[in-house]
Amino acid sequence: MNTFDAIVIGSGISGGWAAKELCERGLKTLVLERGRDVKHIQDYPTANKHTWELPHRGKMTKAFVDVNPVVSSAWHFSEDTAHFFVKDGEHPYVQQKPFSWIRGYQVGGKSLTWGRACQRWSDHEFKAPSKYGYGIEWPIEYDDIAPWYSHVEKFVGICGNKDGINAMPDGEFLKPFDLNVVELHMQDVLKKHYPERHLVQGRWAHLSEPEDIHLQQGRGKCQCRNLCTRGCPFGGYFSTNASTLPWAEKTGNLTLRPFSVVHSIIYDESSGKATGVKVIDSNTKEQMIFNARIIFVNASTLNTNLILLNSTSNRFPNGLGNDNGLLGKYICFHNYRTLTAGRMEGFENKYVTGRNPTGPIIPNFRNLNERDADFVGGYTTFAGAYRRQVKTVPENEPHLGVDFKHKLSEAGDWVVYMYMQGETIPKKSNHVFLSPDKKDQWGIPQLVTDISYDDNDEKMVLDFFEQSKAMLQKIGCKDIIAKDNKQPPGLDIHEMGGVRMGKDPGESLLNDMNQLHGCKNVFVTDGACMTSTGNQSPSILYMALTARAAAYAADLFRKGIH
Amino acid sequence: MKRRKALQLTATYFGGAILGSEIFLSRCKQPEKNARLFSEKDILLMDEIGETILPDSERSPGAKAAGIGMFMQTIVTDCYDEKDTAIFITGLREVEAVAQKKYGAGFTKLSSQQRFDLLSEYDKAARQEEGNATQHFFTMLKQLTIWGYFTSEVGQTKALRYNPVPGSFNGNTDYKPGDRAWVGPLCSID
Repeated sequence: MNTFDAIVIGSGISGGWAAKELCERGLKTLVLERGRDVKHIQDYPTANKHTWELPHRGKMTKAFVDVNPVVSSAWHFSEDTAHFFVKDGEHPYVQQKPFSWIRGYQVGGKSLTWGRACQRWSDHEFKAPSKYGYGIEWPIEYDDIAPWYSHVEKFVGICGNKDGINAMPDGEFLKPFDLNVVELHMQDVLKKHYPERHLVQGRWAHLSEPEDIHLQQGRGKCQCRNLCTRGCPFGGYFSTNASTLPWAEKTGNLTLRPFSVVHSIIYDESSGKATGVKVIDSNTKEQMIFNARIIFVNASTLNTNLILLNSTSNRFPNGLGNDNGLLGKYICFHNYRTLTAGRMEGFENKYVTGRNPTGPIIPNFRNLNERDADFVGGYTTFAGAYRRQVKTVPENEPHLGVDFKHKLSEAGDWVVYMYMQGETIPKKSNHVFLSPDKKDQWGIPQLVTDISYDDNDEKMVLDFFEQSKAMLQKIGCKDIIAKDNKQPPGLDIHEMGGVRMGKDPGESLLNDMNQLHGCKNVFVTDGACMTSTGNQSPSILYMALTARAAAYAADLFRKGIH
Repeated sequence: MKRRKALQLTATYFGGAILGSEIFLSRCKQPEKNARLFSEKDILLMDEIGETILPDSERSPGAKAAGIGMFMQTIVTDCYDEKDTAIFITGLREVEAVAQKKYGAGFTKLSSQQRFDLLSEYDKAARQEEGNATQHFFTMLKQLTIWGYFTSEVGQTKALRYNPVPGSFNGNTDYKPGDRAWVGPLCSID
């Protein structure tokens, strides 16, 4: 009963893809999820609530925030989404340096609440770290992953334009949502002043116009409610729950086991392979073992590191596959500290209808063909405009009374915003490890995070402020502000690395097919596998890497190699 | 993507904090509070103060119709820290005392012009103190009224235009002065 062809640890955005691909290829697959089940639609309790139906209109109470400072600081954590996040006390960890670890322990993981940006990496991003000497060489290049991008994009449903920009390759896209009139103005101005900078629609996991493959999943058109992080009753955006997991289930090959906390992966000295997974049932506290010939680790970046570090044996006393001592090291993330914005005059006679769940992007223009900055790496700029719901009432008028109410009820100023998603350098000193003494409630060592920004990040922030302020000025913005929120790493929720891919087993943990160099029937395809961070949003790359590795694993399984 | 956060923040910098809900909700720790900070009379008083800030008009109902007194009770009790709670309650008592002193009657017994005049004085004082470390109680009352009203059913469906399921997005529509705003991109006040 406890033996399967494959085990997938974790049911988030990459685990869902591993399950789908393995099940479709005929492997009896067990998906282990440490949290509760979340069924599409029926377990989205706030999806159709009006703001006035939320007891505190979306705000968390003081009593809650006081004891949950970490999760309360996440960008999308509020009264309507709180049930999709781990509360601080539920799974403690040790912050050697401030690191806000945002987690979603439920079936679907953080795929329910993700940001949904799906730009492809360019070949430049794969090659820049070794070319400019701030990282090791990736074992794959763009051409290796491009067909797998296409494979996942078609199924996920990504809307966007084909823009022909080298820094942001085109893919398989549904029609994009409109840019609004101010965004079109921004696009024109930038085109005139900066030939190398392009403001274009981003690529987003939204069904602007569902195709047959999406309707087959039971998903429908995005309704432009912009309430995505509550779970979408229309299946308008992609999540594991709406898409990959139900698809895997339809094959008859899926077994989903919620409430299953993975303790470790079991390694067999005689065969030189992993044979299974040790699990603690979080309801009964019972310990049990599940066996399989293929194991996919998709527990989310830091928990994947934790599980491998905790999987010790005579052969691997420092964690599974950790011959070189680099497991848990070279953790990196995206720099999300900045915001610049300004008021846009004019366009008072223009407005929008519907709430656009997507937005434009300025693909990276830094250090592309040559180094042109005093830092390494690049940044993507999310940039757009919106018209405020509330009109600003002049200072010399009463701020109470009938006129005041009427003015507040009219549309306000247009605001233009920009913020960066900055590449960070993978460094050995940014690492996680197991606490020697502190354990969690399952008796598993707590994770210690020792992760921080560096000088390169600070220089990039300054460059972003300089460049974005200049762009806002050219666009015609007034009252320009530039804010560095200095938020701790982690709140980007783009933590990556620790089990990085590479060509050389001496300096990496995974090979070009995401197999542990030292234990080839274990595949790591979540954010932990990342060799560098690039500057584009990573989830769609995790999905592509997962689909590619799962197809390969299924092939090996059929051939009897694993 | 953290666009929602960016939108919230820009709103704060461009007047949202004066009009919205952000200011009081990032303060430090709060000891146990009594469950019952407000009497029935207090709630009626807060209803009338809210109604004076955002009154009923030919275009839309006022804050009282949005149950603003009950809303204030909920937010102050659950979301304010002890210091702001004290400022808020002291302010409520002061409004009542000044009404008695100036007009010889409680605030809820005053004419709407008297209420407007009385609160206008506080509004001027409060706006002069904007940006101070300690908030003026009237800024709190005004923020709560605006936030509570424009996230209420009457506020969103009568004062504003609300479409819970738009179905599509059009980035270029016409707008005339006086047109009601759509409930914004975040579905809450921005």
